[in-house]
Amino acid sequence: MGLKEKCFKKSLWLFHFSAGSCNNCDIEILDCLTPKFDVERFGMKLVGSVRHADVILVTGIVTRKTRERLKEIYKQAPKPVVIVAIGACACTGGIFASGYNFDGPVDKVVPVNAYIPGCPPKPEAMLAGIMKLLNKI
Amino acid sequence: MGKRTLVPIGPYHPLLEEPEFFKLYCDGEIVKEVVWETGYNHRSIEKICESKTFEQVFYVVERICGICSTSHPFAYANAVESIPGVDVPIRAKYIRTIIGELERIHSHLLWVGLAGHFLGYNTVFMWAWKYREPVLDMFEIITGNRNSYAMFTIGGVRRDIKEEQYPQLEKLLDEFKPKLDLITGAVMDDPVLHARLKGVGVLTAEDIHDFGAVGPVARASGVDIDVRRDDPYAAYDMVDWKVITAQAGDVFAKAEVRLLELYESISIIRQCIEGLKKEKGGEIKAKVKEIPPGIGIGRAEAPRGEVFHFVKSDGSNSPVRHKVRAPSFTCIPTFRRSCVGGTIADAAISLAAVDPCYCCTERMAQVYNYSTGKRIMNAAELIKLSQKRTEEFKTKFLKG
Repeated sequence: MGLKEKCFKKSLWLFHFSAGSCNNCDIEILDCLTPKFDVERFGMKLVGSVRHADVILVTGIVTRKTRERLKEIYKQAPKPVVIVAIGACACTGGIFASGYNFDGPVDKVVPVNAYIPGCPPKPEAMLAGIMKLLNKI
Repeated sequence: MGKRTLVPIGPYHPLLEEPEFFKLYCDGEIVKEVVWETGYNHRSIEKICESKTFEQVFYVVERICGICSTSHPFAYANAVESIPGVDVPIRAKYIRTIIGELERIHSHLLWVGLAGHFLGYNTVFMWAWKYREPVLDMFEIITGNRNSYAMFTIGGVRRDIKEEQYPQLEKLLDEFKPKLDLITGAVMDDPVLHARLKGVGVLTAEDIHDFGAVGPVARASGVDIDVRRDDPYAAYDMVDWKVITAQAGDVFAKAEVRLLELYESISIIRQCIEGLKKEKGGEIKAKVKEIPPGIGIGRAEAPRGEVFHFVKSDGSNSPVRHKVRAPSFTCIPTFRRSCVGGTIADAAISLAAVDPCYCCTERMAQVYNYSTGKRIMNAAELIKLSQKRTEEFKTKFLKG
């Protein structure tokens, strides 16, 4: 068993990073925690510090001001870490791609392992995306 | 001035959904000063809107904020429609009102849940968010999406509420009422919450006037303002409802106002469904050929307060200038009165009590020459310019 398999075998802890989003994806991520979707049945839970996290969920476009913070957060995360870009903005820049404060989609700044498109993606889509990624690792 | 300790909250903090940075300067346990740093979430929306057509701007302003994603299109529609003076069909007005009020329900429930979460009362968080789900499902039935509805267009709405959806909507309200009673009871009758929230983060009516705060924050301090009543738009003058106010101005009063507003929302939606039944087979969209040159101003009461949109048209198919002022812009600076003098432990809930939405508020105040990178104007100069222009407008328009 390699290091990667060993790291991601048990409960995943998620860290939520809002780069420059409209709150839509963020509240859908929180929705995953609530009784209807209940992501904790898979052992996943949101943690406060990236130093405890296995997965970083990034929402929204990367703005000029959050670019350095995202790099810093990635540096602080224990490796191996999985980065999931959630929402159209994080994947491609979406509707904000033509703005002057847009500083590239997430994959221009940090390596991204999975993309979950949608504006916003439904909580089911997020769950399916993360489970699919886990099975692949 | 004694010794002060800086307690930083953010920009990435477990308590915060969005990136923003608070610096609390404390003397012991007591907060002496709050400084708020912003700009993390700025997405240059006003500029993007200028490159879109009037129809396309709806989808951009919808994404200013994901929680109040109808209030911005609402205000923008009011602004654009005021330029040519469009008569929106009555059926479209009812549909707009239903969407707006459903959104208020989901947004206030979200706030109640988050406020409970900030207090460490996670039961309320789970309850409120669980009972919010049927509302989102209803949105999915009516509009096809859970959060960004894309319902509005110039002159009306894009989708009709079908006749077979009325009973579903009524059933939702019938089922929601007892759950709302449960949540209201859990908050209003809880001695622990009384002890925790009463007298915390107090804002007087004078503070509200000083900062120009709007919405539930103002109403909780006894300032009776509501755009829905003061400057009626859509179907709000065709239905019967009342503005909820409270006098105390503390966090508890803000929770009380928001919870009681939900009952009004239910009653408004019920009356709108009756109205839709009467307006059977009516038009849902007025034909608008072009937007003539002119200035349009639109206001709407978002769950957090008054949203203001300014649109300037030169007769082409896209706005020349589009300005947005979200309610949080005036509500957030009230931190300086509500947090200062309290303890650090009270700061979080005082901050959360105004239901701040940072992605609505983010703005940048600088003018750059894009090709040379040289700064032409900074924030202070822009404020001066704005005051000068306001004076010009005043002398021009208010003379007669």
